[in-house]
Amino acid sequence: MPDAAAMPDDVTILDDAAMIERLQRGAFAYFTSYANPENGLIADTSRVDSPCSIAVVGFALSCYVVAVRRGWLSREDAALRTLKAVDFFWRSANSDRADATGYKGFYYHFLDMHSGRRVWQCELSLIDTALLLAGMLCAACFFDADSEPEAQIRRLVHDLYRRADWRWAQNDSGTLAQGWKPEGGFLHYGWEGYNEATILYVLGGGSPTHALPPSSFAAWTITYQWENLLGRNILYSGPLFTHLFSHAWLDFRGIRDEFMREAASDYFENTRSAIAIQREYAARNPRGFAGYGADLWGVTAGDGPGPDEMQSSGRDRRCFGYMSRGVPYGPDDGTIAPWVMAATLPFDADSALRGTRSLLARYPQVLRDDQFTSGFNPSLTEQATGWLSEGCYGLDQGLLVMMIENQRTGLIWQLMRGCAPIRRGLRRSGFAGGWLDDVA
Amino acid sequence: MSLERVKTGAAAGDQDNYLRRVHPAGWHNPTPRAQYDLVIVGAGPAGLAAAEAAVRLGLSIALVERACIGGNSLNLGSVPLKVLVRSGNLLAGMRDAVRYGVAHTGTAQADLGAVMLRMRRIRSRIAEVQSVERLRACGIDVFFGEARFAGKNRLQCGTQQLKFRKALVATGARPKATTIPGFERIGYLTSATIFDGDALPGRLAIVGGGPLGCELAQTLARLGSQVTIVQNEPKFLPLEERDAAEILSRSLARDGVVTRLNTTVVGVRECGGRRWLDTVSNGAKNSIAADAIFLGIGRTPNVEELGLEAALVDYAAHEGIKVDEHLRTTNPHIYAAGDVCLRHKFTNVAQASARLAVANAFAAKRRRQPHWLIPRCTHCDPQIAHIGMHVRQARQRAIAVHSFTIMMQDVDGAIIDGTDVGFVKIHVRAGSDEILGATVVATRASDMINELSVIMHGNIGMRRLADILHSYPAQSDAIRLAAVAWRALHGSAVPPAPVRRAAKAAAAART
Repeated sequence: MPDAAAMPDDVTILDDAAMIERLQRGAFAYFTSYANPENGLIADTSRVDSPCSIAVVGFALSCYVVAVRRGWLSREDAALRTLKAVDFFWRSANSDRADATGYKGFYYHFLDMHSGRRVWQCELSLIDTALLLAGMLCAACFFDADSEPEAQIRRLVHDLYRRADWRWAQNDSGTLAQGWKPEGGFLHYGWEGYNEATILYVLGGGSPTHALPPSSFAAWTITYQWENLLGRNILYSGPLFTHLFSHAWLDFRGIRDEFMREAASDYFENTRSAIAIQREYAARNPRGFAGYGADLWGVTAGDGPGPDEMQSSGRDRRCFGYMSRGVPYGPDDGTIAPWVMAATLPFDADSALRGTRSLLARYPQVLRDDQFTSGFNPSLTEQATGWLSEGCYGLDQGLLVMMIENQRTGLIWQLMRGCAPIRRGLRRSGFAGGWLDDVA
Repeated sequence: MSLERVKTGAAAGDQDNYLRRVHPAGWHNPTPRAQYDLVIVGAGPAGLAAAEAAVRLGLSIALVERACIGGNSLNLGSVPLKVLVRSGNLLAGMRDAVRYGVAHTGTAQADLGAVMLRMRRIRSRIAEVQSVERLRACGIDVFFGEARFAGKNRLQCGTQQLKFRKALVATGARPKATTIPGFERIGYLTSATIFDGDALPGRLAIVGGGPLGCELAQTLARLGSQVTIVQNEPKFLPLEERDAAEILSRSLARDGVVTRLNTTVVGVRECGGRRWLDTVSNGAKNSIAADAIFLGIGRTPNVEELGLEAALVDYAAHEGIKVDEHLRTTNPHIYAAGDVCLRHKFTNVAQASARLAVANAFAAKRRRQPHWLIPRCTHCDPQIAHIGMHVRQARQRAIAVHSFTIMMQDVDGAIIDGTDVGFVKIHVRAGSDEILGATVVATRASDMINELSVIMHGNIGMRRLADILHSYPAQSDAIRLAAVAWRALHGSAVPPAPVRRAAKAAAAART
């Protein structure tokens, strides 16, 4: 352990590089603290009895790669952790039984941490499977040595990716179903507008066995709107995470699909616009929430107070509990995600740093053991600290680790640029230009 | 004024006046002429608009109505419901008054009986201008009774036969029935029956998340019912865009409506003295207890019992009467207009189509049905209005669109009023300033969309719109601000706006 002098309580006194390193390492600690070493599964949240979220496993697999590069895990340790997880999924029950782990190469959103079987009658989740597979493919790209564990990781990931039956998941329609349940079949909420699912369609398009036709991505993107909002052009989606999830793996700089070619933008630039809109909205602060400002922003999906009305600074506010928040269209109940400003580092480092610093200087309680809480609402004054989410969420921590690394070294982006399924899927979805045109 | 005075003071005559205007008691149909230039079947918005147009042409007219002059719009639909919406909005405003520094003693609450009295008074008042008396004064022969075509140019109304040169079928539509088990046996409310009673249902389950279901859900929840709304689809108002529908979802929830999206009703039953709505959502079964069930799943055209076969008029049960681009049916002497033949079942379209049908029936040169540019509005709080193309429709036709959005929270007029939820979104053809469509979500979106209707009908582009003065402060200034955002993006090097005729005239008047 570093000595106490090098680990001050107040991270804001550190210079930018040191502060970022601290935050990244703090976030990474989630994946060693809330893992089941027997099967490689990672808990959804730090709360007692939290089940595993398969998406969090996908983030974990990518974060192990970062940890090796940072010297926080040995390559062997990281490879073994990775192998545990991919081996678990390869051997897991993949059938239409209600208590299986997955079906048709996709997996249930939440799994029992020990048995690895479906809990809560949750859905077989397409997007969460995509995030899991993205993490697996990232690991397969990184672990390129001839050693048996690393070779085995690559073989298993190859097979796991080939097993996912994307054509089945289309349920005879243009777009993908959002999920499936053994009790009621496919869930289809309709695809309307942009969201975090780009990586889902890219992975589906890149499949060597059950590739989605290009028309599938087009059937989704036909619902996009190019919008001028708060003075910025944007392909809007409210919650900030939707502008970050696919981007954690995919380097969208310079590559464009048909929509972005027409709009003369790209998905990297679009995330910059989303950040600018978040900042502008927070500066205007139409609902008068405490804390909000150009350097304190970050409305996204996450834990929150509520659902009951809570008293706040003499005004009644309605709060929403865990939900997908977004601005400027709402919903916004004054809850921000304290981690999300730092997660935008690779897109707008200056805004991310200023925001994170101002948050930590004003509300140091959002950071516990160097880990950001999922949600924070300073408008609610029942407690002196404002409302703070209990514990941490794996998705938040994973995204933060990856995005900070993309800012520092571009490691994940670089690995994924060389990932054949990703390149294939992007091209099949109509992406071209930039690094995608380079010979792999 | 106390609530009691409202009730007792409301002339018992309101209802009498109303009936006298829309369907007088003891009415005797006139003796028919040997032949009418135009026989109109149905005296709803389409029939009345047709009658008015025909009067202007100096035609002899018979107007046949089986129920009440004014049709659904006045008697069962738009007008009565919007009166309730107004009371609900007022009540919500009173509960919110303290935010404006305004206190009132006691608890604001609604008395549905008094609300219904007001509704009847308003209905009566609106009925006056289209009353039987006035129609007769215009020379129109008004017949009450069931009508049936008895041949290609004859209509049977009771024992009387009306011969016509031309006829217009404007029988409208009625609430769509359902085949879901239990509904017919247990009974349910529709827009045709909901305004009969004076008591608010304790627990109301609404099936259908279209405009009617949403307006009713929010209003009755505000007035005091416990409302659950069940919608088969992923969002309310499936015709509207995501951002609008999501704001509506939240505003329903804010007012205490329990919302159930992606939920299918599979049956209704009675058990333990209660009604239960059985639902399935993503494979999970559920039951909703209710005292009353409202069914609002769309409208079905009134084509039955009209003897359309005898008149050689083709129709289909769901799509209604088949008309060509001139609104002519398969019988060249019979036209149709409004809900009975059109997909867009709106009062304004019904009226416009009726005027066109009458013109086509009697003019030497027929005009085609245009692509109606229809402003429409759902009267929830905030209201949700749309005109023209949706982005998705444009993109499906390979038209690139750039949408310019102004959030109401950034509009001074809305901030001042404390009604700053919503937005104005104007869809512009990329690379030009042509407005293709617009969505407005705002407290008075029903009025704002009419400004956009004028703008679009007047072919005013974003460039000119940015320079059109609006009163300040006003919510509708959001429309101008969207154009200002367009101009900001397209640079200051915009060519000067063309001199408008009105401005020229004004300049001439000054000299």
